[in-house]
Amino acid sequence: MKSTLLKILAGLALLVIGVFAGKFLFGSSGAESVPLPSTLNYRNAGISESSTEIKDFTGNVIEVKKGSSIQEAVKKAQPGDLIRVFPGTYSENVYIDKDNISIQGVVIEGKWPTLDGKKEINDAFLYSGNGILIENFKIINYKGNAIMGQAGNNFIIRNNWIIDTGVYGIFPQYGKNGLIEHNVLSKIADAAIYVGMCDNVDVRHNEVFDNVAGIEIENSRHCLVENNYVHDNTGGLLAFVTPGLPIKTTFDVILRNNFVVNNNHENFGAPGSTVSGIPKGTGILIMAADDAIIENNIITGNNNTGITIVDLANGDPKANDPNSEGNPDRVVILDNIMYDNGNDPIGEIKAIMLTKMQTKGPDIFAFGGGKGSTIRDKNKYRTFGIDSYGPAQIMDTRDVVTMRTPEPVPDRAVSKEELGELTYYGVCAGCHAVGSRLIGVPTEWIQMIHKDNPQGIVDYINKPKNLRDDYPEMPPQDYLSEEAKMAVAEFILSIDIDEGFKKKVPLDKITAK
Amino acid sequence: MINKDILIKSGISGMLLFFILITLLSNNSSDSLNSVPGLNANCPPGFKLNEQNECKAQNLYMLYDSPNNKGLGGLQTGLPEIRDGFSPQEIDLGRYLFFDPVLSGAGDMSCASCHQPDKGFSDGLATSLGNNNLKLKRAAPSLWNVAYLRKLFWDGRASSLEEQMQGPLFSKEEMNNSPAHLLETINSISEYKKLFQEAFPDRNKRSPIQLNEIYTSLAAFQASLISLNSKYDRYAHGYHEALNEKEKEGMNIFRSFVARCAECHTPPLFTNQEFAVIGSPEPNGLPLDPGAEIPAQDKTLRGAFKVPSLRNIEKTAPYMHSGNFSTLRETVEFYTQGRGHAVPEGEDLRIHWHIWEPNLTNYELDRLVDFLKTLTDESFKPKVPERLPSGLKPSVYILSK
Repeated sequence: MKSTLLKILAGLALLVIGVFAGKFLFGSSGAESVPLPSTLNYRNAGISESSTEIKDFTGNVIEVKKGSSIQEAVKKAQPGDLIRVFPGTYSENVYIDKDNISIQGVVIEGKWPTLDGKKEINDAFLYSGNGILIENFKIINYKGNAIMGQAGNNFIIRNNWIIDTGVYGIFPQYGKNGLIEHNVLSKIADAAIYVGMCDNVDVRHNEVFDNVAGIEIENSRHCLVENNYVHDNTGGLLAFVTPGLPIKTTFDVILRNNFVVNNNHENFGAPGSTVSGIPKGTGILIMAADDAIIENNIITGNNNTGITIVDLANGDPKANDPNSEGNPDRVVILDNIMYDNGNDPIGEIKAIMLTKMQTKGPDIFAFGGGKGSTIRDKNKYRTFGIDSYGPAQIMDTRDVVTMRTPEPVPDRAVSKEELGELTYYGVCAGCHAVGSRLIGVPTEWIQMIHKDNPQGIVDYINKPKNLRDDYPEMPPQDYLSEEAKMAVAEFILSIDIDEGFKKKVPLDKITAK
Repeated sequence: MINKDILIKSGISGMLLFFILITLLSNNSSDSLNSVPGLNANCPPGFKLNEQNECKAQNLYMLYDSPNNKGLGGLQTGLPEIRDGFSPQEIDLGRYLFFDPVLSGAGDMSCASCHQPDKGFSDGLATSLGNNNLKLKRAAPSLWNVAYLRKLFWDGRASSLEEQMQGPLFSKEEMNNSPAHLLETINSISEYKKLFQEAFPDRNKRSPIQLNEIYTSLAAFQASLISLNSKYDRYAHGYHEALNEKEKEGMNIFRSFVARCAECHTPPLFTNQEFAVIGSPEPNGLPLDPGAEIPAQDKTLRGAFKVPSLRNIEKTAPYMHSGNFSTLRETVEFYTQGRGHAVPEGEDLRIHWHIWEPNLTNYELDRLVDFLKTLTDESFKPKVPERLPSGLKPSVYILSK
């Protein structure tokens, strides 16, 4: 008995020594042992092909520690910079109106940098710049979105853990060429991942559950939704056209290798929202989208239907848009594993199935318009409304590894001359013109004063010093970028004044006729 | 009235001749106090003259791409396609016509009566006043940046400026003119004959002024009204100090998916040019305006109106299609008072899905107003002509009827 006690004490002592020794040995190196920025070396093995996704950052690393603000770091950041955010709770709205900014959480011993909206703040991240990367954040309790992009091409959003962030979880809008992968999202009142009015987006390896809609591809083209685990939502995977939006089409969408399981959650979507009309128990919903391919998914336990294919008139009769073509055309259903769907159909599908003397919903349910759709191995499933579907003309989509563009979408290239010209006519021309006095002096005066000295014009733009009593003082135009200031200075000096005057009098044109 | 005008005009013509003589002799092009100067051969600001004597739009948004060429997106997104390419002379002639009350049947209203430059090219009234001070049914829409719009009128019933202007010109309730009377009047004014010849050098000198020449000139002037240099624009182009913290907060509320303003009022034009049923109330218990339901002949568009641009919105109070809200604050508050809360009983409107219950706080509503005021830019505001070819006063001066 006594020896047992000694053994325990000795063990405890050893443990204490071990802890101290460990602290001594490793404690001071804690800062250095933080994992490398994963942007340097990020490997993703897919089923079809492995790919390495490198997001270049060419600038500085800015660190944000607990107690400070991510937005302050964004304000300091220049294009190319990487902002690393350490564990801690950050209750803020971070907005990124710059290009090529990477924001990366650093997870240490299971402690995440957490953005907590406390149900008071609208959005965790808003961005409008190109080349934005956001990864490794836990985002909770926002009212609007976890991550929302308005425009912004070449985005990467990955490895985020998002719970109850309001309307959407991850929502890029008006973006081209994006990657959304390895995110886990739950308890979102609309779509957990909502690709809206975008092009060339891959959505891969995400887990979405307990949301109204799992993953929604809406009014977007060229999207690949692959290897996602989509379970316990009201509706799992959606490819939609929503009427009334300015970009009117959805086509070329591949839904491949996903688990679409038990999507039977009560619908808690906001009244009036498009998703509030989705019946619970919907595995995959294709509404008005064209050229959608459904391939190699495991679609089970969805109590209404496995796959619903519907036109706008039946699927979303609330809204109307004469410019939206409402039929789902050329849907292709390839091999999928489907069983145990339709156990408890509701609403219209229940009523329709009852007309067929059936109480179960089908694996595949098609209703309304649409033409050219095909299916492989039609007899494998319990179906409704696909009598017109012919045999699929393709075996698989293995040639499509990604829907993203081979190269990043380039910025619009504008020469220095063009920039100078756009700035002159777009800004300066409000007050300056060749050959006449507007608010400021005629352009040729500026030319005379600053002959061969564009820097003189730049200095004046930054800090005007009024030279004439009979003219009002020019407000500083220092908001122009350094490039634009020099470009416009050089442009002003290059204007052919005689030409300007000649253009001013087109009377010779008249007399020539 | 016209007789008197003719008298004045012949006087003017005489003096003009005299001055032309003097000008030719002395080569001195100083303007006469009594005559309209020749047409401006320079493009208005925001436009560059090309070799074909066309004014082509130039602005910093041309530095950016726009997804699917829609001109919609975020801060650095290109604008929608613009209607440009008018000649400087067409634009300047349009300016005279725009302000000239001689375009109306009774010679007492011009386009500018309801679209005043100092009121954001609206008129400061809940609903405009028409012929004989008749109270009209809708508010005058602003004309800023109208060259970017595909549909005109609140209900979108016109697809071009030329089509649109024939509404007010020939409506009994508005300018109350007729095509025949308009042509007769314009052709009786010798100075207009001269100016049309200048603006349309290819025309047959002996043929009378045509309606389409009037329409083109008015369209040219309206399409030259560009406002893209606001504080917001400076921020958008990368100068983040242009907005103060409160305005930035407002911008983030504006584009958040809680308030959802930017979903329809999408930058850079701050409209997505779609039609939306938002269920805003009519003033004083007036019956519901069916809006786009009528021209579209579509019940589902009952109560739908074109999403207006918010540029220079600070200048165009009161707000909404029938001016029910006198301030921006009241207007933004409408959106947080509940989906369909102002829909009259018995109406079953298909309220737009973005109208919901965002539960915006008073603080947030104030910030939204702060942000909306950063969209003001009148730096390219055109000058009101001091004199008109008709000899009438530009109608902005004979307001407050």
